[in-house]
Parts: sequence; structure tokens; C-alpha cells
Amino acid sequence: MTTEVGVVLFPGSNCEHDVVDAARLLGADAHTLWHGDATLGAVDVVVIPGGFAHGDYLRPGAIARFSPIMAAVTDFARSGGPVVGICNGFQVLTEAALLPGALQKNKGLKFLCESTTLEVASDRSVMTRDIAIGSRLNIPINHFEGNFTCSPDTLRELEDERRIVLRYVDNPNGSVGSIAGITNREGNVVGLMPHPERATSELLGSTDGLSLLRGLFAS
Amino acid sequence: MWHDGTMEFAVRVTVKLREGIADPQGATIERSLPALGYDGVSRVSVGKVIDFTLAATDEASAKSEVHEMCEKFLANPVIEDVVVEVAPA
Repeated sequence: MTTEVGVVLFPGSNCEHDVVDAARLLGADAHTLWHGDATLGAVDVVVIPGGFAHGDYLRPGAIARFSPIMAAVTDFARSGGPVVGICNGFQVLTEAALLPGALQKNKGLKFLCESTTLEVASDRSVMTRDIAIGSRLNIPINHFEGNFTCSPDTLRELEDERRIVLRYVDNPNGSVGSIAGITNREGNVVGLMPHPERATSELLGSTDGLSLLRGLFAS
Repeated sequence: MWHDGTMEFAVRVTVKLREGIADPQGATIERSLPALGYDGVSRVSVGKVIDFTLAATDEASAKSEVHEMCEKFLANPVIEDVVVEVAPA
């Protein structure tokens, strides 16, 4: 059966079509979900894409968290459904308390739009379960607030439970532990700052994003 | 005092990055000021101010309502601290 991917569209999201295209490229079906709807409909995977949901007013993700669809996304995640937040989507998931920590402004106060090399640090997530730990992936970042931070206790917990999914090889933004992506305890909710949907073709400079998305869309 | 028993309070919430959280805006301002000849500046930090008016029965309940707003919405406790000021409007 074909996987149905729901991509949440907030006012200000701007990567939803890239995610839909990537899902179709990998043989899944995909459509966008409006943030103002209270239900998800029949979907197997939910992706919260990048952009500037609700203009990033107050803090990135702070308003998006109250969009009607987020209650349905939270229920879906709590019942084990795969939920991935990319870039702004990661910020939304931390604000919604589906993932711990927070994303603060990049060290150096620069908006970063560049290729990064990532190392897969755990196979305990819906995105990395089929990828060997230590694999290196070339995937771009595009953010101002991507500097992951959390309390020392949370960091220890993330490390002990192998919930750090991706680390930057050359930390571009000051993230604690060079963290580029994390997962929840169950491994079904993942947040990452890099954009795998932008690394799906040689024309875009890399196809390494496909390996992360293939695992997810096979859910 | 309004007929419903409430009065208006002027509220100022100052949101600042918690101690130990990197403040690149503050650091940039601190590095820039000496270029204008201000050499004595240190410990610059940048935050934001949220002002509003709140109807409440008394100052104590106004304060506790504002602190609740801060925890739920106005600040992110992972990275931010708040200072709440409440005064009769």
C-alpha cells in the first residue's frame, strides 16, 4: 500500500511543495494539510516543513503551536505516528513540547544558507533506522535560529537514550553537542534543522536527503 | 474599578535570554560600541518588552495571571527568563 504523507501548511510555510515532490519521487502519495483544520484525515506520516509559520512572531513556532491542527498532530505522534519537523518544523515541535530543548539564534548572528556534512549518530528513529551509524550525508541548512540548546540534564538524557539522530561534522551554528537533529523516546518524532528535501537530485547538488526520507516514507 | 469588580493594570513583561544562553545580538552590540568611542560598556544583553493592559480584581491576581501567560506562551522557559511589572493603570 502506498504511504500517504500529510505536509502541514501554515501561513508562512515555504518548503511544503519540496517535501511533497520528494515524497512523490520516492513513490509515496503526498498532499498538504491546512493548519486551521482540526483533523489530519487518512495519513501515514506527518511532516512539518520549513518556512516562517505565522511570520515567526514572538518566537519561531510559538504561534504555530496553537494552530488547530497541532492538537491532531500531537495525538497522532502520541499514538506512535511518524512526525518529522524540518527546520521551522523542528522549532514548532520543540515549542509544542513534542521534542525537548529549543532553537536559539545562530552563534555569530548570521543567517546560514549552505551545504553541511552530517553524521548519522543514532539509528533509533523513523528517519535513520536503515542507515548505518557514522554514515556521512551532505545536506543543506537554511536558518537563522538553528542553534540547538537544552539543559545539561536533557542533553545527558538525549545522549544516554541515543536520541541524537544527526550531528554536524563542522558545527555551523553553535548547537550544543553539534546537534542537527533529535528524536523522542519512542523514535517516531524527529526534528532536524537541515533540509533533506533539498538534497534529492544531483541537480540540487546532493541526493543524500533521499536516504533519510526513504526510511520515513516507507513507514 | 469597573462595574464587574475588576480594575485595569498596566503590565510590562521583559523577556531576556537566560544566564548562560548565548546572546549574539548583545555580543555584536558590545563589539560595535567601542568603534563609536564608547569603551566602558560590558555585559550587553538584548531582550524584548511586551506591554499590555489587563483587567483583574487585584494586583496579586493580575501578577499570577501574567506569570501563567509567560509560562504558557510569552516566553520559552528553556532559553528565556521574564521580569513582570504590574501597576494600576
